Amino acid sequence: MAVEAQGAEEGGLVFHPMDQFIVKPLFGGSEVGMFTITNVTLWMFLAVLAVVALMVLGTSRRAIIPSRTQSVGELAYGFVYKMVEDVAGKDALAFFPYIMTLFMFIVFANFLGLIPMSFTTTSHFAVTVVLALLVFVTVTVVGFVKNGSKFLGLFWVASAPLALRPVLAVIEVISYFVRPVSHSIRLAGNLMAGHAVIKVFAGFAAIAVVSPISVVAITAMYGLEILVSFIQAYVFTILTCVYLKDALHPSH
Amino acid sequence: MEGQLAHIGAGLAAIGSGAAAIGVGNVAGNYLAGALRNPSAAASQTATLFIGIAFAEALGIFSFLVALLLMFAV
Repeated sequence: MAVEAQGAEEGGLVFHPMDQFIVKPLFGGSEVGMFTITNVTLWMFLAVLAVVALMVLGTSRRAIIPSRTQSVGELAYGFVYKMVEDVAGKDALAFFPYIMTLFMFIVFANFLGLIPMSFTTTSHFAVTVVLALLVFVTVTVVGFVKNGSKFLGLFWVASAPLALRPVLAVIEVISYFVRPVSHSIRLAGNLMAGHAVIKVFAGFAAIAVVSPISVVAITAMYGLEILVSFIQAYVFTILTCVYLKDALHPSH
Repeated sequence: MEGQLAHIGAGLAAIGSGAAAIGVGNVAGNYLAGALRNPSAAASQTATLFIGIAFAEALGIFSFLVALLLMFAV
């Protein structure tokens, strides 16, 4: 980070709140290349492993009286299935596996990031931008494949007065292309902001006078972060469903 | 001097988070007002609630991003 830690002379801990987001190679060296195994790689792999463990172990027995793992797996499946069906419609269920994968990966990456000393992969724009761009490209391609040139009707608001339509078209085009930006930055920004706030409070914990307040604040923020982790994954998924609905039914 | 100006700019960008807070409060408050008038329709509208909150919050996150850029990238 460009700014060095300056808490030392004021009695705070010597670390910068953004230090937790530094990408480090795991096996020595400091160069991060295209295929270097870094802490991001490790925690993404752990997230994938956790998802696979939950879904495979949970559904391998298929007991009539479900075990706890099976209950959680079924709950997650039903939750996402209902979301896709309600928001994007019945014909969007063909994309359910993709949306389920997105949701499970983001939710597990977020929750693994909450473990102390771990690394939050979804707080990096590089990770979320890839996820959001994939959604954007998928939705655009699906829109054109399913509707052909009628997909452009998304930008041409037929219900508006004729004089207003060109103006609205410009606004619609801009808002369409801002989608991947806001989609990705919302997730990364929320997580990064929350984790940075926790670290800022942790910096105050070394000052004896305010340390009880600081510890209480860290606990409260942590509770909020658990909520945020889930809600942001939910929001990311539900917006994917909304975009998918626009692609499948482009008329307003 | 320029670096200090960037820090002032980052502080000004933080006003955006307050504005987003007003927006999110509006969405949630109106949802609650509607939900208390007609509780049976409330459950079906939670998805809309979260979409609305997400859109209102996105702009606050943008201002946070501007603040970060001013702090670390300028």
